[in-house]
Amino acid sequence: MQNQIGAPKQGLSLTDPRVRAWLFQIITIVAVVGMGWFLFNNTQTNLQHRGITSGFDFLERSAGFGIAQHLIDYTESDSYARVFLIGLLNTLLVSIIGIILATLLGFVIGVARLSPNFMINKLATVYIEVFRNIPPLLQILFWYFAVFLTLPGPRAAHGFMDSFYVSSRGLNMPAALAAPGFWPFVISVILAIVGIVLMSKWATKRFEATGEPFHKFWVGLAILIVVPALCSLIFGAPVHWEKPELKGFNFVGGWVLIPELLALTLALTVYTAAFIAEIVRSGIKSVSHGQTEAAHSLGLRNGPTLRKVIIPQALRVIIPPLTSQYLNLAKNSSLAAGIGYPEMVSLFAGTVLNQTGQAIEVIAITMSVYLAISISISLLMNWYNKRIALIER
Amino acid sequence: MKMLKSTLAVLTAATVLGVSSFAQAGATLDAIQKKGFVQCGVSDGLPGFSVPDASGKIVGIDADVCRAVAAAVFGDATKVKFSQLNAKERFTALQSGEIDILSRNTTWTSSRDAGMGMVFAGVTYYDGIGFLVNNKLGVKSAKELDGATICIQAGTTTELNVSDYFRGNGLKYTPITFDTSDESAKSLEGGRCDVLTSDKSQLFAQRSKLAAPNDYIVLPETISKEPLGPVVRRGDEDWLAIVKWTLFAQLNAEEAGVTSKNVEAEAKSTKNPDVARLLGADGEYGKDLKLPKDWVVQIVKQVGNYGEMFERNLGANTPLKIDRGQNALWNAGGIQYAPPVR
Repeated sequence: MQNQIGAPKQGLSLTDPRVRAWLFQIITIVAVVGMGWFLFNNTQTNLQHRGITSGFDFLERSAGFGIAQHLIDYTESDSYARVFLIGLLNTLLVSIIGIILATLLGFVIGVARLSPNFMINKLATVYIEVFRNIPPLLQILFWYFAVFLTLPGPRAAHGFMDSFYVSSRGLNMPAALAAPGFWPFVISVILAIVGIVLMSKWATKRFEATGEPFHKFWVGLAILIVVPALCSLIFGAPVHWEKPELKGFNFVGGWVLIPELLALTLALTVYTAAFIAEIVRSGIKSVSHGQTEAAHSLGLRNGPTLRKVIIPQALRVIIPPLTSQYLNLAKNSSLAAGIGYPEMVSLFAGTVLNQTGQAIEVIAITMSVYLAISISISLLMNWYNKRIALIER
Repeated sequence: MKMLKSTLAVLTAATVLGVSSFAQAGATLDAIQKKGFVQCGVSDGLPGFSVPDASGKIVGIDADVCRAVAAAVFGDATKVKFSQLNAKERFTALQSGEIDILSRNTTWTSSRDAGMGMVFAGVTYYDGIGFLVNNKLGVKSAKELDGATICIQAGTTTELNVSDYFRGNGLKYTPITFDTSDESAKSLEGGRCDVLTSDKSQLFAQRSKLAAPNDYIVLPETISKEPLGPVVRRGDEDWLAIVKWTLFAQLNAEEAGVTSKNVEAEAKSTKNPDVARLLGADGEYGKDLKLPKDWVVQIVKQVGNYGEMFERNLGANTPLKIDRGQNALWNAGGIQYAPPVR
């Protein structure tokens, strides 16, 4: 106040908008930091006073309980930190499979929705309207309790070729175990990929120089099949198969996809695909018909018109909302708690929280994980969006 | 819904811990007297322990423990409000002050008693883990369960004890964990798991809820000690003493032969000095606990002694038909024993 009176022109004055702007920003920062400090400090004091253990030491203690599905080795004497890792991997597994399948299914349904064929068109419409209007948790419960759990038990499982079995315990299939030819096979695949990259570079260069097109896709596919196949012939099969066998209560050996995983993946795929289909349809519709006509008049056939003219422009409209759907799918995977799939929320924010009683730490970790997953998806999609954006000159 | 509820409970807990002030001795009783009821955390539906009856009233031995406390504090067993909690929600609800007593078939363990901001007040029911299996499997003993898939309720000591048992016996198993006991039961019926495991009392209760209860048997083994009892927040010894002595009073009443039918007559005319002290005819033992003089009379009159409470909810005339076993009084072959009121 005295400043204001003493030196109104040169000094700091509240009438100066820049000073005011700074002042408000400083007040906001002080308030936010102060509030955060107060909450943190008060929580610490309260936890201590009530005799609730706090801190992250519990992560090193041994967990002592079993987990139905773990992608990495796990025994009951492993630490809570490893349980956390298993939960994280299980969440990522569902999210990644779900995103891939939902994208494929969504694109197919979206294109089908635009089909001139009455049946295909209407079927796609019905699919979209049904599945996007039922809450995802109900769909998960439906697939789990009404579909997978009504399958016969392992002793009466449906078998195919004595190797695949479907039962209420999930899908049992032969496991691929590494055989002597495994490493040569891996090396040959790497060589094939290097070959394809070189071939593709050469083809692009030739196309730019002479204008002659080259069947990059088919030649690439041929390389990818022929090279590893030759290698397997020389060094022997890369894997041998271990078939599941019914022993005692259950199938022993082989790989199993547990019904919780199947139900969750199916439900999330089917649900999210309905939204993606609508996004794809709107994207394609956003490209004006004039583009197709222009491409045709330049002599492009239907296939190249779609691939080189329509889709690149449609993608610009499709990608941003698609990102949101991917984020939704990853977050919806936490609904698995309802059917006992051991992912982040049911395993870590559920069992671990309850066994240790350290709610604040566990929930903070879990929230950070979802934040990290979501931000990673966002960054990846933003990078892709930038890459395919139309370069305006 | 369940998810949302538990997340909310945890967030509330975090917020409450963040902004609230300390608990002090006596603070809980003062707060309860001011609001006029006891907030009691019970299970999300376990016959015999706490389950809503046809009229929506929560019945069961765990619910009665809270009613007895209300009878002691207010002289009115109906002054209780119940919160139905699943296994995962229960501790945060107590820690955050959402409930005053957690009476939800909860096992007394050292880590829960010491590291989680709460204290156990006693044992209402001595239990142990058992296995419920379908007759068709032809299993006669838990030792034959190698390779079995087992349904367990998430966030319980069962998860740990089953793992200990199978590891100790060199057996393999696959655990499938669910949030609620209903989901586990549905999965057992659907054939997702071969075995449902839980505290034995719960197994009888859950079997009674299955579509075909007679197709399932409870295996003879009991693989762990599960003393179940009410829990209160740490840091308020006065409240702890009230909950603890309410249960002791019920046990002492049974031992002295005081029942809901004869308690008023006994209070007036007893010649037995033990009973006179217990029922407040002699001395001021209620006052020490900050309770009315007739606290035990009210508990026994309205809720009954321990034996009555047991028989009403779990005994031979209920669908559960559990016999007293370990839960008989110490002088009748069991291990239920209460220190004296004097």
